[in-house]
Amino acid sequence: MNVLLILVPVSLVLASLGLLAFLWSLKHRQYEDLEGDAARILLEEDDTPRS
Amino acid sequence: MSATSACPACTAAPSAERTASGAITEGGTILSLPTIHCAACIGSVERALMALPGVEGARVNLSRKRVTIEAPRVPAEDLIAAVEGAGFEAAELDQTLIAAADTDEVGRAILLRLAVAGFAMMNVMLFSVAVWSGATEATRTLFHWISAGIAVPTLVFSAQIFFTSAWSAIRVWRLNMDVPISLAIILAAALSVFETAIGGHEVYFDAALSLTFFLLTGRYLDHRTRQAARSAAQELSALETPRATRILGDARDSVRVQELVPGDMIALSAGMRAPVDGIVASGRSTMDRSLLTGESRAISVASGDFIAAGEVNLSGALTLEVTAVGEDTTLRRMAALVEAAEGARNSYTALADRAAQIYAPAVHLLALATFIGWILVGLDIAPALNIAISVLIITCPCALGLAVPAVMTAATGRLFRRGFLVKNGTALERLAEVDTVIFDKTGTLTEGHASLSVAEMTPEALSVLAALARASDHPVARMLVAALPPGIAPVDLDEATEHPGLGVEATWRGQTVRLGRGSWVGAARSPALVIGEGPAIPLAITETLREGAAETVRELQALGYGVCLISGDEPDAVEAVATRLDLTDWQAQARPDEKVRVIEALEEAGHRVLMVGDGLNDTAALARAYASISPASALDASRTASDIVLLSRSLSDLVDAVRTAKAARRRVIENFGIAAGYNCIAIPIAVLGFASPLGAAIAMSTSSITVLLNALRVR
Repeated sequence: MNVLLILVPVSLVLASLGLLAFLWSLKHRQYEDLEGDAARILLEEDDTPRS
Repeated sequence: MSATSACPACTAAPSAERTASGAITEGGTILSLPTIHCAACIGSVERALMALPGVEGARVNLSRKRVTIEAPRVPAEDLIAAVEGAGFEAAELDQTLIAAADTDEVGRAILLRLAVAGFAMMNVMLFSVAVWSGATEATRTLFHWISAGIAVPTLVFSAQIFFTSAWSAIRVWRLNMDVPISLAIILAAALSVFETAIGGHEVYFDAALSLTFFLLTGRYLDHRTRQAARSAAQELSALETPRATRILGDARDSVRVQELVPGDMIALSAGMRAPVDGIVASGRSTMDRSLLTGESRAISVASGDFIAAGEVNLSGALTLEVTAVGEDTTLRRMAALVEAAEGARNSYTALADRAAQIYAPAVHLLALATFIGWILVGLDIAPALNIAISVLIITCPCALGLAVPAVMTAATGRLFRRGFLVKNGTALERLAEVDTVIFDKTGTLTEGHASLSVAEMTPEALSVLAALARASDHPVARMLVAALPPGIAPVDLDEATEHPGLGVEATWRGQTVRLGRGSWVGAARSPALVIGEGPAIPLAITETLREGAAETVRELQALGYGVCLISGDEPDAVEAVATRLDLTDWQAQARPDEKVRVIEALEEAGHRVLMVGDGLNDTAALARAYASISPASALDASRTASDIVLLSRSLSDLVDAVRTAKAARRRVIENFGIAAGYNCIAIPIAVLGFASPLGAAIAMSTSSITVLLNALRVR
């Protein structure tokens, strides 16, 4: 059962990373133009993501 | 929206700089681009704008069909010209009106709470699976403590929305859906913490979290649909004459309407809608007052006449002296009437709340009965309380919380694609219960302009008519020019002279030709045309019906709805339209308060009225009716008063909207049935004390998912 000492923190850390990534994307307003961002990948020119 | 960075100072600094340098626009110009739809459109709009000198940045938002341009020194007209040059329609949006819709802080707050709840749910679920599959003693207690560590702070943060809503209901001695929800979450968490502390084995952290997660999903869906409709409706308002041309001495400059003050002189060219109330200082013209009064006839104005905001200038250029702006205009003052009427409608209770009013007390009484029952059969207080709490957790209306928003999101989305903006959360529920439809005439059933029946005219006569009509500036002549079928070449006329009050006369191939008043040319009706010695030809002018109007009325009647027409226009004009639509029930020259009275009389007779109208004279009726729809061409005040805004020009989708509303209502009731069905199975188990955390998790998730899937059938 000692493996839990590693596995429990690992799973918590991994999940928190996912949560942090989501919070980052929310903070950078990446959910405001979902259609537009989906279409922009098709543009030829070099398109920089918003801020 | 502007491409704001997270740092407020970064955004404030450049705009402060711009203001200092006497800027034309503050914080970027926003243009509405109704026709963009693909990646290529984004590319061409952005490239066209960036090619203009002075443009620092341009970013298209495809979801909102807008572009935000950072170009402090370029006037909006140049930007619009550039976008139109690239082949897209563009119109400037009034930023002050859309700013509120853009910073959707509420939506972000819900999404954030949803994400945190989702994260916590996944983790706690992992530990729960381990416990269910047989972790024992110390391991189980450890897992429970970790779960508690994750769940308690998450619940405090994420479920706040339900707590505040429940508290505001309880404070005024009412019950809403959030009361049993909050109670279940709090009790589940408290019971679980207690169990963890004494090393027990039944904890409900996973149930409390998944409950929060699913309910937040419902909340978010609900919020997003309404936000989309609100923002689109705000965009319509923002499109309306944000600018006016102010005349200062010889100089004319384009200013925002908000900057005007009474006493300013503004120019109102043909085709423009008056942005403010004013008195004509110079020029003559004809005004379309149909939005304000319902009259389809144009009214002549000359200097000294009063013009109210919302009237449309049809012919000549006018100079107006501003008498009232913004909140003081006639248009806005109608709001008082609307507010009074709205009070009557606000008493509507949403289906979900009606369900909660039955459900919440029932559940709480059941839990209490369970507790007393177990005490009576001789159980100790602690385990009896435990069972009572598990009843509350199991019966928590998780699916009920999703039942309405999920269906309404699907239905609103479907209607949105068909051009209906559903602004009010309960609008679809009310629309489904309607049994009588009242239409306004001008602008709703008719297009507000006329068409000419040309069947009995020779091509030659048409060509003469076209030439004569073009020779005059009279509104009727202008209307005729617009109503003529395309492809008619006007003949060459000599000596065209206008006889004020009578018509226009000219010489064509040696004969006198006249177009004008019936008595002047020798016909029974006005206007009429006479060529040489020939008989006078009366011109049959009829109002153009809105596309799909006839079918809509027929289908509504076939579906068993009572349909009637109430207009502020003259009786003969109303009768003509009513006859063409086979409507027997019509009323003309109805004043705004009379329209309201008609609706009140119908409601007293037990009917539920849907009002469809666009004018200022309909506004109070729109607000009073059980449900209301107005076309996008309506005045801002009317759109604000109505529940649903119809974006497409055709009326034919109206029947479909009613059908969708009915389908949605049916799904909502089905969803209540499904949720109740799950409870019928779960409640006896819980009451008998056999409920387990695993059972709660399964019941909660399956009922939520079934309800969601059922909701999707509306699409």
